Amino acid sequence: MAFTFTAFCYMLALLLTATLIFFAIWHIIAFDELKTDYKNPIDQCNTLNPLVLPEYLIHAFFCVMFLCAAEWLTLGLNMPLLAYHIWRYMSRPVMSGPGLYDPTTIMNADILAYCQKEGWCKLAFYLLAFFYYLYGMIYVLVSS
Amino acid sequence: MSAPAGSPHPAASAQIPPKFGGAAASGAAASADPGSAPHQQNGPAQNQMQVPSGYGLHHQNYIAPSGHYSQGPGKMTSLPLDTQCGDYYSALYTVPTQNVVTPSTANQQPGAQQMYSRGPPAPHIVGSTPGSFQGAASSASHLHTSASQPYSSFVNHYNSPAMYSANSSVASQGFPSTCGHYAMSTVSNAVYPSVSYPSLPAGDTYGQMFTSQNAPTVRPVKDNSFSGQNTAISHPSPLPPPPSQQHHQQQSLSGYNTLTWSAPGLPSTQDNLIRNHMGSLAIANNNPTVTGVDSSSTTSSASPMPNSYDALEGGSYPDMLSSSASSPAPDPTHEPDPAPAPAPASAPAPAVPQPSKMAKPFGYGYPALQPGYQNATAPLASVVQPSNPVYSGFQQYPQHYPGVNQLSSSLGGLSLQSSPQPESLRPVNLTQERNVLPMTPVWAPVPNLNADLKKLNCSPDSFRCTLTNIPQTQALLNKAKLPLGLLLHPFRDLTQLPVITSNTIVRCRSCRTYINPFVSFIDQRRWKCNLCYRVNDVPEEFMYNPLTRSYGEPHKRPEVQNSTVEFIASSDYMLRPPQPAVYLFVLDVSHNAVEAGYMTILCQSLLENLDKLPGDSRTRIGFMTFDSTIHFYNLQEGLSQPQMLIVSDIDDVFLPTPDSLLVNLYESKELIKDLLNALPNMFTNTRETHSALGPALQAAFKLMSPTGGRVSVFQTQLPSLGAGLLQSREDPNQRSSTKVVQHLGPATDFYKKLALDCSGQQTAVDLFLLSSQYSDLASLACMSKYSAGCIYYYPSFHSTHNPSQAEKLQKDLKRYLTRKIGFEAVMRIRCTKGLSMHTFHGNFFVRSTDLLSLANINPDAGFAVQLSIEESLTDTSLVCFQTALLYTSSKGERRIRVHTLCLPVVNSLADVYAGVDVQAAICLLANMAVDRSISSSLSDARDALVNAIVDSLSAYGSTVSNLQHSALMAPSSLKLFPLYVLALLKQKAFRTGTSTRLDDRVYAMCQIKSQPLVHLMKMIHPNLYRIDRLTDEGAIHVNDRIVPQPPLQKLSAEKLTREGAFLMDCGSVFYIWVGKGCDNNFIENVLGYPNFASIPQKMTHLPELDTLSSERARSFITWLRDSRPLSPVLHIVKDESPAKAEFFQHLIEDRTEAAFSYYEFLLHVQQQICK
Repeated sequence: MAFTFTAFCYMLALLLTATLIFFAIWHIIAFDELKTDYKNPIDQCNTLNPLVLPEYLIHAFFCVMFLCAAEWLTLGLNMPLLAYHIWRYMSRPVMSGPGLYDPTTIMNADILAYCQKEGWCKLAFYLLAFFYYLYGMIYVLVSS
Repeated sequence: MSAPAGSPHPAASAQIPPKFGGAAASGAAASADPGSAPHQQNGPAQNQMQVPSGYGLHHQNYIAPSGHYSQGPGKMTSLPLDTQCGDYYSALYTVPTQNVVTPSTANQQPGAQQMYSRGPPAPHIVGSTPGSFQGAASSASHLHTSASQPYSSFVNHYNSPAMYSANSSVASQGFPSTCGHYAMSTVSNAVYPSVSYPSLPAGDTYGQMFTSQNAPTVRPVKDNSFSGQNTAISHPSPLPPPPSQQHHQQQSLSGYNTLTWSAPGLPSTQDNLIRNHMGSLAIANNNPTVTGVDSSSTTSSASPMPNSYDALEGGSYPDMLSSSASSPAPDPTHEPDPAPAPAPASAPAPAVPQPSKMAKPFGYGYPALQPGYQNATAPLASVVQPSNPVYSGFQQYPQHYPGVNQLSSSLGGLSLQSSPQPESLRPVNLTQERNVLPMTPVWAPVPNLNADLKKLNCSPDSFRCTLTNIPQTQALLNKAKLPLGLLLHPFRDLTQLPVITSNTIVRCRSCRTYINPFVSFIDQRRWKCNLCYRVNDVPEEFMYNPLTRSYGEPHKRPEVQNSTVEFIASSDYMLRPPQPAVYLFVLDVSHNAVEAGYMTILCQSLLENLDKLPGDSRTRIGFMTFDSTIHFYNLQEGLSQPQMLIVSDIDDVFLPTPDSLLVNLYESKELIKDLLNALPNMFTNTRETHSALGPALQAAFKLMSPTGGRVSVFQTQLPSLGAGLLQSREDPNQRSSTKVVQHLGPATDFYKKLALDCSGQQTAVDLFLLSSQYSDLASLACMSKYSAGCIYYYPSFHSTHNPSQAEKLQKDLKRYLTRKIGFEAVMRIRCTKGLSMHTFHGNFFVRSTDLLSLANINPDAGFAVQLSIEESLTDTSLVCFQTALLYTSSKGERRIRVHTLCLPVVNSLADVYAGVDVQAAICLLANMAVDRSISSSLSDARDALVNAIVDSLSAYGSTVSNLQHSALMAPSSLKLFPLYVLALLKQKAFRTGTSTRLDDRVYAMCQIKSQPLVHLMKMIHPNLYRIDRLTDEGAIHVNDRIVPQPPLQKLSAEKLTREGAFLMDCGSVFYIWVGKGCDNNFIENVLGYPNFASIPQKMTHLPELDTLSSERARSFITWLRDSRPLSPVLHIVKDESPAKAEFFQHLIEDRTEAAFSYYEFLLHVQQQICK
């Protein structure tokens, strides 16, 4: 049993994924509030937009860590989400600031539904990933 | 009733000034009358009325018996009432003698009398009023406006000061007819008064009222009132007014068109009535459960009212029709024997006849209306009577209703099936039918509702749905492959609009829906929301009907009789005190702008219309100009001349002085005029070519943010300095590309953010873009799109080189400056549970799922909403949509305009197809296509449009029509669908392959998004008329002019003969195409030139020639022009002139090098379907 870099990666990913789970929950709640008229879309977008890039960067960060640790399977599992993030950010509406959400289109039922669905899917992904990393960490610790 | 009433108060009605003295007199009269019950009755009624609107009435009321009544209102009304009452009472006491005078006549028209009495302090009582009232009634039938006048006077009298102001404001705003409307409604109400009465409950309520009344003043009156009640019963039967009049009135209620009423009204209404009756009977048998009461039975049941309401439940309201049926009853009540005591007996008697002879009653019933109308009080009498026999009569009525309602509601759903092939379902073989386009303009299909609801339903001009039969489930909708959505024109200029002043605006407690004609009353005290089905209480105030001044008829209030109403809102509807009208003009004065010369036109228009700007004494106005710097104008009152303040720091804009940049229009008028006179010449020698639009807008925002208001931006080029600067993105070589059209979206979000900021501060930005080159409208338009502004674009504008554009600007400005405006508005759209809003189209900011934030609202703004069906609608047969527009009028009043649309739900695909409103569907598709082309690409949008036809026609072919599948079949309701889609594909916004400038394309898209349906349809599919042979055949009369109505022609060159002259109406442009071989008579008599060769190339006016054909042509064109807000430019195009390409591009049925002809397009669609 040794504390390797790989084990460190998993532990870090574990912590960061926990953060991402909070992001996803926040995201879901925010859109739910929008849908139920509790919040003004301008305010909501202003609170959500600053969180978009950090989330993407955190995810990209531990992807890079796994790359360095040569954890190909884990990296492979994360690649689709990474690609999705890149595509999502490339196709964002014309905006001067960082972020994805445009208050003028966010109330469109299609976009709102899409964002909500996106939130739930990500939450599920992060939760699964969390347990996978937990397993991976223990496996690495035990096997090495 | 009417006759007697009329006689007593001949001329008085108009006169009655709302004065207390007068009221006192009236009160006195009433008190005196004990024997002449009518007065007393009126009294109570009046009280109720007052509650909502005015105070004056009270006095009258108390007199009457009905202390109760007065109490009810008393709560509502403020102190002033009480004081008034006090006066009145005293008056009463003092003036007993006067009362005596009025007696018999008074009885019949109690309402009228009261009114009169108030006005003229003198005892006009008997003589004066009648004449005027009668006149009003009769006039009403013919012309609404005429009716309105008398009525208005009426209203004023009654109303306390508050009301007064409201009325006046209304008038000023240009709803002259409002009053008229009221009058109309009153009439109808009056007709039915007795009907609505719930027998038992009513009694209770009254009793309560009595007890509740604390006012000491009332009590003394009571005795009198009671006696009065009796007398009321005894009213001599009035003259039955001509039935036709009543019909008219009814119609007027339901609809807004003044012109149409007269002829159609009578027969149709009668038919309806008859049908209803029949229906009611049948229904009663079928659905015993629904109503406790047998509709057919003449005898009164204990709980008639509730039953009837239940019947309503389905959504069908026993409205005018039912009431009309019942109307006879009211008469009897009034008429009854002179002897008050016998009332019980008398009441039943009238009721009985009705059931037995269903058809007859109608004619009879109508007469009742008149009296009601004149008096408004007539109903009162009925109210008073509860204790009396009259009541029994009421009971009977209710019974009828339930039956009617049920029937009608069932009809609503079933009628389609019962008639196997409605015209709208007739299959049409599109490829075989050469003339799909009808000869007359296409009208909106009428929802398949029962006649009552049809009449009550919202005008299609304000509110249309793409499917007038709503599919029951989303699955059914998906099968039909048709778009479901609403097209709205909420702030349209209306000639008839009931305006309601009321302390409490009755709304559903859970979904906040405004009470509307389609709610159902469960009993006298409760109503069931038609959107969320919650049962709500009817507030006390609502029990009183201000129009009839009767109590206990909540379903006859104007709110429940009109699907378009306007409320004067209380302070509950304000977040801050209503803002004043504030106008800021931001003008580009760079070299380019000066060169174009728009300033002269603008300043001239402003000078001319300065006094007509909507607003009140608080109206404020300001000016800013900009080139590479920003110039402010200090117009503070007291300065000898306008002071120009220049801010050159465009990176960090600040306001040079905190105030005095926006000044009161009236205090600084001279300075403003000086400035407007000086402005056009101030910058003539400027060398500044840059335009710092962004910073100027930021400054404007800062200036406006404390108040909100309207910013009008005039821009002539690409902004080139400071924040929001733009680069040219258009590649001229790509203009006719068939592949990709880029840059339809904004290049920066600066303008969008600015618009959102403005919207948050209740400021709208209107953009006038007058440019000769590319100005990136796609980016600039954002400033108006999201702040609820409007966009005007004048390509290649030049005041001298392009006179037609200059003229257009001038006319548009006149309209723009003087049209109605609403500030700090929000619009909420609600729909029946199960439906939900999907996407909104138009200029606004969507603040929540059903709330649009509109900093300004103008009468030319249209909106579209896509709907989706979230839950199955199986448990309802009707769905309703309600838009409520809350705004601050230019007079500083908070108002709510409410439109309610009711549509049937169907469960078969055939019915869905039968109810398609193809024009609405096309407009909604166009809106969706604009979104698609911006978010995705133009070619996607075009494909989606074609797919819309392919899908819907193939769905129809495979499920509904069982005819041969080789042909391209469409239901008759959809036969124009492919033609319109083809027209859309050839529209500037979506066409490819034809050279289209990017700004033109974007502007067309902006218009599609913001134009109301009627104007949009002309843009999409212009109307073509042959005008060289106009005849009076089928002509209509408008304002004493004869307007010929030539048939519509197909938009195809095959229709253009060389021997003819054709007018094409494209909405914002008219073309007159003159054929080479056109008859010289026409050229000479209409165009004013001897022959074809001498017609000039550029001609934009028809000369005013004194010939018959010229007169016809001009009256036709004027008539077309009058129907739209922005005056179109007229181009006279000679055959073989270069300008004819402009004309020919609108012939959408023809083939062009880049697009299909109509027939080819059909084949293409057919091919796609077969794939």
